[in-house]
Amino acid sequence: MTTATTPEKNKRESIVTISGLNKWFGDFHVLKNINLEVGKGEKVVVCGPSGSGKSTLIRCINRLETHQQGKIIVDGVELTNDVKRIDKIRRETGMLFQNFNLFPHMTVLENLTLSPIWIRKMPLKEARELAFHYLERVKIPDLANKYPGQCSGGQQQRIAIARCLCMSPKIMLFDEPTSALDPEMIKEVLDVMVDLASSGMTMICVTHEMGFARTVADRVVFMDTGEIVEANDPETFFNNPQYDRTALFLSQIINH
Amino acid sequence: MSETWIPSPSLPSPKLDSGYAGWVKNNLFSTPGNLLLTLLSIALLVLTVPPLLRWGILDATWLGDSRGVCDEAAQGGSTGACWVFVKVRWGVFLYGFYPLVERWRVNFTFFVLAVALFPLFAPILLGTTKRKMVLYLLAAITVLFWLGPIPATFIACYLFAPFALDRLLQGKPFLELFGNQVVAVLTGIGSALLVGVISYYGIFLYLDEKAAGAIGLTALVLTLFLLFISRLTASGWHWVFLFTVYPVFAFFMLVGDIFGLPLVETHFWGGLFLTLVVAGSGMATALPIGILLALGRRSDLPVIKVLCVSFIEFVRGVPLVSVLFMASVMFPLFLPENVTFNKLLRALVGIAFFYAAYMAEVIRGGLQAIPKGQYEAAMALGWPYWKMMSLIIIPQTLRLVIPGLANNFLSLLKDTTLVAVIGLLDLLGVAKASMADKEWLGFTKEAYIFAAIVFWIFCFAISRYSVYLEKTYHPSHQ
Repeated sequence: MTTATTPEKNKRESIVTISGLNKWFGDFHVLKNINLEVGKGEKVVVCGPSGSGKSTLIRCINRLETHQQGKIIVDGVELTNDVKRIDKIRRETGMLFQNFNLFPHMTVLENLTLSPIWIRKMPLKEARELAFHYLERVKIPDLANKYPGQCSGGQQQRIAIARCLCMSPKIMLFDEPTSALDPEMIKEVLDVMVDLASSGMTMICVTHEMGFARTVADRVVFMDTGEIVEANDPETFFNNPQYDRTALFLSQIINH
Repeated sequence: MSETWIPSPSLPSPKLDSGYAGWVKNNLFSTPGNLLLTLLSIALLVLTVPPLLRWGILDATWLGDSRGVCDEAAQGGSTGACWVFVKVRWGVFLYGFYPLVERWRVNFTFFVLAVALFPLFAPILLGTTKRKMVLYLLAAITVLFWLGPIPATFIACYLFAPFALDRLLQGKPFLELFGNQVVAVLTGIGSALLVGVISYYGIFLYLDEKAAGAIGLTALVLTLFLLFISRLTASGWHWVFLFTVYPVFAFFMLVGDIFGLPLVETHFWGGLFLTLVVAGSGMATALPIGILLALGRRSDLPVIKVLCVSFIEFVRGVPLVSVLFMASVMFPLFLPENVTFNKLLRALVGIAFFYAAYMAEVIRGGLQAIPKGQYEAAMALGWPYWKMMSLIIIPQTLRLVIPGLANNFLSLLKDTTLVAVIGLLDLLGVAKASMADKEWLGFTKEAYIFAAIVFWIFCFAISRYSVYLEKTYHPSHQ
């Protein structure tokens, strides 16, 4: 099975459409004929063993990776080599990284206000108010004048979430946001992500946090060797996997 | 039922031997080997320092104003240095052959530079705001009495009016009335108007109304243009001033032939003044060009990449002396007969591009140390290339390569002595020329040591400043 469309019963207006996507790194076929449609406000969790192409897939959505075949349409704009289209799509999508990637030479507040000021041309005062609004939402307003290096991993990832939100994106992409964190910090980041999900944000999330997938996801997509093996609602996915490969993966990730 | 766990208190670290005695014991006499080294060092110091002090200071001749004083001292059995030589030639060492009555122009040009650069160095020189205010006030009073009220007012206006305006407009009533964006625009227009008006009246003192109007208007438009293309507000004024208004001002001031200032051809320039002109303009131009070359070398565009790589590799493959020779001897051969470029200008361009190539490689090293994630995060937030580079990547890169850049700046300063090969007399050149003076034969040591001390002072200052920058921008502070 290589198609993963939104189930008919809760059909939404689609915001990301990927069809017939193929990508190679040199001779290595990293994404094989991917078809995926994500509706507005939908939460999709992508999981799979390492090297299955899940990170590459979501990095294709904001063109951090280029694809060789197939179509990616984000918010009605098709991704091509056209820089204007790429910029437009990147402004509508926020992305979270495993290593946070905050700008270390700026304070937390500057990290948050820089992009709204320079990319969205927002006045300084307004950008600051916005930054504090989101810092409060991720529960760390007191860190505004610290440097990223002075914050813990969990705090840095929450700052990174706030930094994305300051650009008011329509879609959030998460590339293993909790993989570099201590167990105690994972929870504080997941809490923020759950809160974000409940606000109706469209989220595509590569993660190994199966608890998060179970509670938040509308759909779980399982990938292996560059293909989508299956995509289902979490209930069916966890309790009644369609393929033995999925069952094997689940048994390895859950019972150990 | 579990008990409440109480963490143990942190204890202070154990004290090492402290005080002078402890330090001496730990560092000088801790092992027999160290003891031996310490004694040897002391012996070496005893052998070298007293004779040096005797020659340079205690037995030296300081007073007088002619060769005769030195000869008398030598006949009287003194073996010390005769600094009268340096004293008599002081003006030449500093200004070369710049006409005596026009030397105030050099002083004034460097003074304005010092004022413009002051905010950069202020944090090292003085700490608190109160001390800063006192120093500003003292400087203002000095200027007032030294130059007279009118030029002093003009300098003050040029340098600080945009700041005052910015402060005023950022004040609460204005912000509430207009909002932030309007205030920024107002500040820009206001600064430009100020510059224009000040230029107009400044010129009006010396020239007729027509010329003043033209220059005032040009200054206004130029400033407006610069402030708006760079989206700068008045806080970036010092940089705009240093890279746009100041070079033009310095050029007219030093070369003259305008506003009633007599022309001083560049072959009269020399001494420390020439050294600083060559080094200063070299540093100010080589760094930006170096950044562009480093970016070009990492570019995805093949043409730009090949051009930058070939330029860098070519320049790194030839000695600076040959670049200077080419600039002064070969370059004119390629030009039509009636077109000439000033020799000094050619040397400046040669040095700037030569050092730009070296700095490009230092900066490229820094660029390679920036994690890929920084680019990805910026791109994911929608940053286009130039904005991403100038606000996110380059600032981080420069912090990483401060030691390497300081190295380049130091060697640039010292390599200015090479302009001697194309007949320009910098500090060292002037010192050598002075030794050859028939009236003052035999003062080689004094001349070389004086030049060395002056170079050392400037180099040490650069070195300390780089240490200060490193500390300020060290990752542990962030």
